[in-house]
Amino acid sequence: MIQYTLRRLFMAIPTLLGVTVLVFGIVRMLPGDPAQTLAGVYATRDTVERVRRELGLDQPIHMQYVQFMSGLFQGDLGRSIRTGRPVSIEVWERLLPTLELTAMSLLLATLFGITAGVVSASKPYSLFDYTSMALALVGVSAPVFWLGLMLMLLFSVQLGWLPAAGRGTINHLILPSIALAANSIALIARFTRSTMLEVLRMEYVGTARAKGLREPTVILRHAFRNALIAVITIVGLRFGTLLSGAVLTETVFNWPGVGRLMVDSILARDYPVVQGAVLMVAGSFVVINLVVDLLYSVVNPRVQYG
Amino acid sequence: MRDILKRLLRHRLAVFGACLIGTFALLAVLAPYISPYHPTRDFSLANKLAPPSSAHWLGTDELGRDMLTRILHGAQTSLMMGVVAVSIGLFIGAPIGAISGYYGGSLDMTVQRFVEILMAFPGILLAIVVVAVLGPGMWNAMIAVGIAFVPTYVRVVRGSVLEMREREFVEAARALGAGHGAIIRRHILPNCLAPIIVICTLEMGSAILWAAGLGFLGLGAQPPTPEWGTMLGRSRVYIRAAPHVTTFPGVAIMLAVLGFNLFGDGLRDALDPRLRGRM
Repeated sequence: MIQYTLRRLFMAIPTLLGVTVLVFGIVRMLPGDPAQTLAGVYATRDTVERVRRELGLDQPIHMQYVQFMSGLFQGDLGRSIRTGRPVSIEVWERLLPTLELTAMSLLLATLFGITAGVVSASKPYSLFDYTSMALALVGVSAPVFWLGLMLMLLFSVQLGWLPAAGRGTINHLILPSIALAANSIALIARFTRSTMLEVLRMEYVGTARAKGLREPTVILRHAFRNALIAVITIVGLRFGTLLSGAVLTETVFNWPGVGRLMVDSILARDYPVVQGAVLMVAGSFVVINLVVDLLYSVVNPRVQYG
Repeated sequence: MRDILKRLLRHRLAVFGACLIGTFALLAVLAPYISPYHPTRDFSLANKLAPPSSAHWLGTDELGRDMLTRILHGAQTSLMMGVVAVSIGLFIGAPIGAISGYYGGSLDMTVQRFVEILMAFPGILLAIVVVAVLGPGMWNAMIAVGIAFVPTYVRVVRGSVLEMREREFVEAARALGAGHGAIIRRHILPNCLAPIIVICTLEMGSAILWAAGLGFLGLGAQPPTPEWGTMLGRSRVYIRAAPHVTTFPGVAIMLAVLGFNLFGDGLRDALDPRLRGRM
């Protein structure tokens, strides 16, 4: 187990390094000259050259990468062209709201998705089953940004129950996290249902019933516990989808997250911030996947690691 | 073949999905002929954000253009973006996956490492990064979504090729002296078609969603191009005054994506029931 953990940790390093190379390369490919942008449109050629030297952009590309990496390890990602503030602070301030939104959505998705799936599977072809599976189909196909707008229309504009945009109270979190979670609720519900139906056909479930155990006990203690392992994998895989969906949800609800920051920076050609934000999101995704993998090996005693 | 068709026709949701896709394809082709107005030229600021009426069945947008006309033309844009993006992903990803799976060894290791790095950019993020390099626009958005799909195709095709590589008929072809290229093209890939077709259908739904997402963020098709996501992004500020402008394009996206999802699910069950749960 410890050996497996160490090996997985070790394997994540080349991926993370690859991500830095890729992001570094992409940002160097972006149109426009950063030195010119920073110096301003009316700067003389001398000024532009001085800025270029200060930024280290006159160095060969591999030296630039070394500089970039040593800065990265010291938490220095350069400065934003728009605000002049350090990128690390700009991104860090925005990362927390995004994680808050994503975590809340993951919680909702797990809770509602698994519940709906289990109830559907325990009474297949019932009214509840048909209704929840029809809703799940809608949830899988509806674009997250449109769902957000429709929720806003109903609960903020028409009913006036919840705030339409911004961040602050728990009330601000409700609509964005529901919008973001909808797709995952739907997928988790469908997956839980089909896995549960498979498990419920197993012989040991028949044995449990034959023993005279009550149906809820059979479903929860015997069937669900075995379905859970497969369900956990799917839940873990949802994190990436939620993280990328957050970019769209944040735009709808004016949520001050890292996704919104990224898109704004792309449109404003503020490349140091684009670089920092993309690195942060991809990096946290790799780390979260690693954690999910390790958790999975703890939860599932049947998996052997060598 | 007839078996597959029979199973597909028995799958009621798949048939419904196929009908949805067919309807959208038909509307997209007929859009210029059946639309009551011109999608970009017929604007009237005096008549902007009008609710649905007999003259404008779905109302008008923020420039007084007919919503129905723009949604019909949007079907053209969205379906085209989906097809182009999926093709880009397929034509780059499938050969890489096939070669990587067939030859194995260090080549496979290198390719898989690279795919892992690309997969560290979750979902639409990779497409957003590519758009950042290429610049916003409809064609660039298609390329971006296509590139973002490449890792998926590499994975799927590699997985099926690995499975086929050790089969007896491949060994037989090799014994008969067939070259590697011929074995991959004539013997392995035709037998991997099922998962490839399924993934293409399901990815069409995602491609439409992502292209609309990029449009919504202002990174995709640019106005005045009638594109569902762009229309939503432009009109969302009028959500209080004219909710119909934000409602209808979203319904169109949802129905189109639903069609591809249902049909894809049905295809998967009909072509290869074992794939259930794996895709």
